[in-house]
Amino acid sequence: MKKENTAFRYLINLVAIIILMVVFVVLSFHSNNTLKLKVAPAVWQCCYLIIMAASLNLVLGYLGQLSLGHCGFMAVGAYTSALISLALQRAGFYTEKNSIQFAITLIISIVAAAVVAALIGVIVGIPALRLKGDYLAIITLGFGMIIVNLINNIPFCGQQGLAEGAASSALYANGLGFTNDEKQSFMWVGVLIVVLCMTTMVMFVRSKFGRVIRAIRDNEIATSATGNDISYYKILTFVFSAFFAGIAGALYSCANVSLATTSFAFTNGSILNSVFIVVTVVVGGMGSMTGSVIAAIGMFLLNYTIKNGSWVNALPEFLKNVFTYPMLVYSIALVIVILFRPKGIMGDKELSLFDIPGYPKRIASYFKNKKAAKEV
Amino acid sequence: MEDTRKTVLRTQHLGITFGGLKAVSDFNIEIKEGELVGLIGPNGAGKTTVFNLLTGVYKPTEGAIFLYDEKISGKKSHQVVQAGIARTFQNIRLFHQMTVIENVLVAFTKDVKYGLFSAIFRTPAFWKTEKELHEKAMELLKIFSLDDKADVVASNLPYGEQRKLEIARALATNMKVLLLDEPAAGMNPTETADLLKCIKVIREKFKVAILLIEHDMSLVMNVCERIQVISFGQTIAAGLPEEIANNQQVIEAYLGK
Ligand SMILES: Nc1ncnc2c1ncn2[C@@H]1O[C@H](COP(=O)(O)OP(=O)(O)OP(=O)(O)O)[C@@H](O)[C@H]1O
Ligand SMILES: [Mg+2]
Repeated sequence: MKKENTAFRYLINLVAIIILMVVFVVLSFHSNNTLKLKVAPAVWQCCYLIIMAASLNLVLGYLGQLSLGHCGFMAVGAYTSALISLALQRAGFYTEKNSIQFAITLIISIVAAAVVAALIGVIVGIPALRLKGDYLAIITLGFGMIIVNLINNIPFCGQQGLAEGAASSALYANGLGFTNDEKQSFMWVGVLIVVLCMTTMVMFVRSKFGRVIRAIRDNEIATSATGNDISYYKILTFVFSAFFAGIAGALYSCANVSLATTSFAFTNGSILNSVFIVVTVVVGGMGSMTGSVIAAIGMFLLNYTIKNGSWVNALPEFLKNVFTYPMLVYSIALVIVILFRPKGIMGDKELSLFDIPGYPKRIASYFKNKKAAKEV
Repeated sequence: MEDTRKTVLRTQHLGITFGGLKAVSDFNIEIKEGELVGLIGPNGAGKTTVFNLLTGVYKPTEGAIFLYDEKISGKKSHQVVQAGIARTFQNIRLFHQMTVIENVLVAFTKDVKYGLFSAIFRTPAFWKTEKELHEKAMELLKIFSLDDKADVVASNLPYGEQRKLEIARALATNMKVLLLDEPAAGMNPTETADLLKCIKVIREKFKVAILLIEHDMSLVMNVCERIQVISFGQTIAAGLPEEIANNQQVIEAYLGK
């Protein structure tokens, strides 16, 4: 590891992040209807999808454990943040969203969402991670279903907030829920949170923690034969991942005025299905953080065009029918990606800004090699 | 000549039963500091099971294991390794998707002083520790002449080097006793000769005690100071290589009566 090189890389990435933030701050204050009605909601959706995919990647791609209940943690985060912000709003702590008090509320809600999701992660992780493979998948799948039912039946969580109305599967009041105007003017906040979360996760992966969990993925027996407590690292990673799913949940509550547990349910065909997140991670590449970001945005766009693209209406009738079953389209997308890139778009490599200048050359040599292979 | 070296590893009536099968019974061994002891026996005799018992992979159903005077039987596998027993595996178990240097770094983890906070905020402590560990890892790889392959993914190494990397990784745990399970299995004569050299270097440099399982008799007779023979889980002979080579019971165990 060359130190100078590392410092330079950090600097370049920092500059890239600053440019990204400046772009989004400018967009946030630029008045434009397309921006407000189309781009801003899309950016918010991408924000939580990216965090969901990246945090699941820690467990699935790096630790190598199949968890099918990731959206359960997101639901916990969404409800926690919505209820807390609502309580603060009702207590008169903030009235306007454009105030320092709301900023504090937002921070408190996000932190609370993350911490509660992490606590649930501990409770689920300790017994569940004794199991492996299919058994772990089934128990986490069960967790995802249980959490939805649990939220539906919490006596103090009513339709209008804590202790308001009978237990319900929907929450129509939400202190965080942004209107379209607010979604646009706070867009940069969402992006900033994603940047912070991604940085934290990348730092985790590129430290002794990342090394040990990849070792566990490769060979559990050898990992403990090198003096590492595998249960500790498994639970730590699971909880760490749940923590970020909680943050994604808080972002979800920012992007939605009302919450319904059905959005996080396993039977739901939308993009907030735990299996959809698993597919996103696999498409992006298990063990690649940048892959998860690319795949989350890509899957979102796919979902968006299926639902809103005018080209769908122009298709012949039988094809249009296919598009009324989005899950079918995702499966086809998965199959196509796996056909051409068996290890996902990025495999276990990362997309670094440093590699980009070398891309034209690499692509050229790729085609040359292919041609040469054909001629032989 | 009286042996004045201290005993590192000692077992007392060690045994394990799987269902009705007594895989190992009444196994007693004493290994002194810096000593190289061979453990041999026909296929299925229980040699690997002894290793699994010593490293806490299996819990013994009888007897006890002591490292110096500390009782280590009953501890978990990673605790045993932290106490000072490291091993390699009969069927290689590398972290195959990780690079050569990362394989070694994983074994250094217990020496890493930074926590989650330092890792995420990249404190000076993080950089300092990582730098030191990288240097230590490179030094270790140099001994096995793997330093120029530090960034190669482990599964791309040739077989002989994979074996060597596994030994290097075991040494990185900073152990007092090294258990080698058939390190020469599947190696060609040049690779075996290279391995022999490695074992010599390890003994000189690290002064560790080694317990070696091996089927290659010339290798065993060549390097071991003492040999213990087991058959069907029972110790049938123990002594100097010459004694073992001429022991009637051992010959019968290997060739059948
Ligand atoms: N986990 C287990 N459950 C049941 N039986 C086992 C288990 N582990 C080992 N055995 C049995 O214990 C006996 C000893 O096996 P072990 O692997 O220790 O032999 P070995 O001496 O290492 O042989 P080899 O030279 O072939 O490596 C065998 O009969 C094996 O089937
Ligand atoms: Mg064996």
